[in-house]
Amino acid sequence: MPTDNDDIRPSPEAMLKLAQAEEVTAELGKLKIFLGYAAGVGKTYAMLEAARQRKHDGRDVLVGYVESHGRPETDVLLAGLDVLPRREILYTGVTLPEMDLDGILARRPQIVLVDELAHSNAPGSRHEKRWQDVEEILAAGIDVYTTVNIQHFESLNDVVAQITGIIVRETVPDRLLDLAFEIKLIDIPPEDLIQRLHEGKVYIPDQAAKAIEKFFRPGNLMALRELSLRRTASRVDDQMRAYMETQSIAGPWPTAERLLVCVSGSPYSEKLIRATCRLAEELKAQWFTLYIETPQGGKQVEENRGRIWQNLRLAEGLGAQVASVTATDVTDAVMEYAGRHNISKIVVGKPSRPRWREILQQPIVDRIIRRSGAVDIVVVSFAQEKSDEDLGVSRKSPSFEVSGYTASLLLVAAATVLCELLRPYLAPTNMVMFYLLAVVVASVRLESKPAITTVFLGVLAFNFFFVPPRLTFVVADAQYLLTFLGLFVVGMVISSLVARARERAEVMRSREVQTASLYYLSRDLAASADINAVLKAVQRNVEEALDAQVAILLPEGEHLDIMAASVGLSLDIKEQAVADWAFRNNHQAGRATDTLVSADLIYLPLQTPSSVLGVMGVKLMHQLAYHSQDNRRLLDAFTTQAAMAMERIRFSRQAEQAQILQARENLERALLNSISHDLRTPLVSVTGVLSSLKEEGTHLSDHARRELLDSACSEAERLNRFVGNLLDMTRIEAGAIRLNIELCDVQDLVGCALAATEQRIGNRSVDIRLADDLPLIPMDLVLMTQVLVNLLDNAHKYASAESSIEVSATTENGWLFLDVSDRGPGVPEQDLKRVFDKFYRIPIPEGAGGTGLGLSICKGIVEAHGGKISAENRTGGGLRIVIRLPLVQK
Amino acid sequence: MSAENLPRILIIDDELAIRRFLHTILSCEDFSLHEAENGHAGLAAAAAFKPDIILLDLGLPDLDGIEVITRLREWSKVPIIVLSVREHENDKVAALNAGADDYLTKPFGVGELLARIRAALRRSLQEVPEPIYTCNDLQVDLTRRLVTISGEEVSLTPTEYDILRLMVSHAGKVLTHSQILKQVWGIAYLEQPHVLRVNISNLRRKIEADPSRPRHIITEPGVGYRLTF
Repeated sequence: MPTDNDDIRPSPEAMLKLAQAEEVTAELGKLKIFLGYAAGVGKTYAMLEAARQRKHDGRDVLVGYVESHGRPETDVLLAGLDVLPRREILYTGVTLPEMDLDGILARRPQIVLVDELAHSNAPGSRHEKRWQDVEEILAAGIDVYTTVNIQHFESLNDVVAQITGIIVRETVPDRLLDLAFEIKLIDIPPEDLIQRLHEGKVYIPDQAAKAIEKFFRPGNLMALRELSLRRTASRVDDQMRAYMETQSIAGPWPTAERLLVCVSGSPYSEKLIRATCRLAEELKAQWFTLYIETPQGGKQVEENRGRIWQNLRLAEGLGAQVASVTATDVTDAVMEYAGRHNISKIVVGKPSRPRWREILQQPIVDRIIRRSGAVDIVVVSFAQEKSDEDLGVSRKSPSFEVSGYTASLLLVAAATVLCELLRPYLAPTNMVMFYLLAVVVASVRLESKPAITTVFLGVLAFNFFFVPPRLTFVVADAQYLLTFLGLFVVGMVISSLVARARERAEVMRSREVQTASLYYLSRDLAASADINAVLKAVQRNVEEALDAQVAILLPEGEHLDIMAASVGLSLDIKEQAVADWAFRNNHQAGRATDTLVSADLIYLPLQTPSSVLGVMGVKLMHQLAYHSQDNRRLLDAFTTQAAMAMERIRFSRQAEQAQILQARENLERALLNSISHDLRTPLVSVTGVLSSLKEEGTHLSDHARRELLDSACSEAERLNRFVGNLLDMTRIEAGAIRLNIELCDVQDLVGCALAATEQRIGNRSVDIRLADDLPLIPMDLVLMTQVLVNLLDNAHKYASAESSIEVSATTENGWLFLDVSDRGPGVPEQDLKRVFDKFYRIPIPEGAGGTGLGLSICKGIVEAHGGKISAENRTGGGLRIVIRLPLVQK
Repeated sequence: MSAENLPRILIIDDELAIRRFLHTILSCEDFSLHEAENGHAGLAAAAAFKPDIILLDLGLPDLDGIEVITRLREWSKVPIIVLSVREHENDKVAALNAGADDYLTKPFGVGELLARIRAALRRSLQEVPEPIYTCNDLQVDLTRRLVTISGEEVSLTPTEYDILRLMVSHAGKVLTHSQILKQVWGIAYLEQPHVLRVNISNLRRKIEADPSRPRHIITEPGVGYRLTF
């Protein structure tokens, strides 16, 4: 029966979330942020004090990078702390001191102090930004103390700019605030700060003195202070919420909102993104950023690619889930995406086009609102006016396409000349047809703008040249206005229809190219049976699909090794280091990424849900190609597919190995059983006989003593044979068996085997039938003797004492056939193959038990000779073992 | 018989258990025994004790058995019987080629050991081989180059006779392939063991009642041949 308690039990999701968060922080180092609202509030000072305290507590504290700016209080605190020497980076003739990231990672302290989180690293450093360095340090499990001012946080960037009028260029993603284990707000009243500024206690670079003076106005400082207090409070709020959730404290939870914003290459997109981010923060909502590439965009998209790329990165940095799709209709694409991702609010920019344009084309905002249904639309305004292009529609720039417009002019001129020639025979109304023809040709042949131009020019030319009064734009007969309108509308409709059809075809084509290349890759991957085939397939497909050069690096012990690379592509040590970074951090690196951008190639980790298997480096032919969404998407798909194929192969190999291991374990168990049984049993009789002779020797009759000794002797011999078998088996298994092949006489072989078994076999008749013309056979006489001995022993063991054993040898078709047959019980038909397995024993009468090794040793030896051994049941009962040996050894 | 006249046996083996076992079985027979537990001690004892026969283990802690044989052979012709757990033919061939007279793989039967010891002693005591060798139905008269089976003369090729004569003069002792090849054909034939096999095969057809169960010429697989004694 459910009790009241059930209702307020923490939800499994909440517990899981908490567990994941704890898990992540358990592996990562802890980040402590000393947050201020302006320079001079004492962040660095507070950080150093805290560090000294930690050091006093016995922690290993290292100063990674702290700038004292010559302030004596700071220097005092720095003294006595372990300071890591800075790395000097030479850039255009100037040496810039930078934090030595590798030094920190190598030194592995418990806590590292990193001042100025928002700092931009000197070009040539591993990361563009210092916060990326910090992330890497945290990932290495080292705690970081750092300082930063509130205005550097990405989402507040534009708000701060509005308040202070200063645009901060160095920004830090908000997720670092969320990542922080602890935020220490360093707060002093603005009056005190201004006081300190006047006392010269605040470090200000000379060149910035003027700007700073403007910055340190009480109004600004108060606003910034409030911002930082609010931001910290909201984080505390988050923590409390998380706590309440896990502790099942009921509260009014906001419903899970999901926000969507569309971006383009427009400068206003950035504002839109930040606005959405802030909104998402307030609503505690997940948010998505969508970029829609339209075929109309063609040319302009190329130009804006860099900015689009930047906007998407910004959104990603702010915590959005980023996607880009290709579609002809923006509204359709937005609504489809919103539906698929359960979007509750779509954020759009306020349209600011002139009203007349809206009559021609309904603004996208209106269309979205009309179709939004249950989705709320949030319309955001910008301080400056202009443009609804923020919705992600990249329209063509007004760049003049000379050839297109010239063609349009020529078409209209041709139509005019034709009309002029036929003027005596045609009424002016019918001449419209020629202009219409020109419009149709223009629509089919030219881009949409020149086509529309053709419509306008056609209307004007018709009016000017042929509508009376001629050679003026005056229209005498109002009926012609209808003709103009007809020409105009038909021309517009045709040109837009053709343009749309062309766009569709273009989209289809580019999609098809992508689908096809993915299809080819997956087909090739499916056919790859080993890792090298996979690598080759990936290499070939990436080369073909992207016209690129590829290198694939896989871990080999401690290092990454180049396992496949395009012809002519070589990676120097620097490139390999970038690949290594991408591998270790499971993050893309190199060209057109955030990290180590000076590299020549882009490096993408080949990651599966469970691990990183390697890195793929790709070198595209053009810089722009790196920013193409299509290319990046394709690369992502390629890396995912490659990683999955590699993992599949790894898993199947693991499964294979597990199977082998299982088989080996079974064998080992059988071996141990066999050893303990077969070694002990003879020892039991030998020990028994010896002890009885020792103690009772005098009471035993001569006959009894003789019998005891005989049995002890035969048991000891059996033990010796068993040990010999084990040794042989071990040698065969270890591959230590080396054949000493010589031409041998089969008769000699049989003789040796008979001599060796003589004592055991005794008087039993052995029927030997050797063909007269047997040649000398290449073989290792010793080993083959052993084979024959084992077979004779077996035959002797299993067949009744009266029956005879037959040994025969013939040659046929280049093979020697050597048979050993008995009249024993034979082997169950289904076990005929298994008799050569190790430790297989035929269920036989008590006492005749062999080691289960004899036949498998025979098999090993015969196969080492390039021969075959098989077993068959004889008609009339009994078993025949047939050995085939080649007459000529390879 | 006084102890001085008994055949002297030197046992070189590092295993106390084996020495004790050999001591027990050999002192029942009429032998005078001396023991050494490593190669150097064995070499010293061979010089001082002047044994009539040496029983040598190959796995000694200080010197390899083969090395001991080589050093002994530098100055002594004393028969050496190798007793070893090394059952691989290469080890046997190496020991025999180095100059050992016989080779027994441990574990071995006491009867077998005593027979080998006696055969070796007999060979060493008689400087010149007996002119007539007889074993069961086979008789070889070295002075008349006459071979008979149950009194009937067997006609042998010169090579077959040379082989048989060599084996008769070392009856009971294993002759390695290379030893026979070198003696009968000369050094150039060392790499042609099948020549020997064909001849042995033919020889057996002539002197053995059942060539598949030879009674006179015994094959020691991978090592060589031995004429029963």
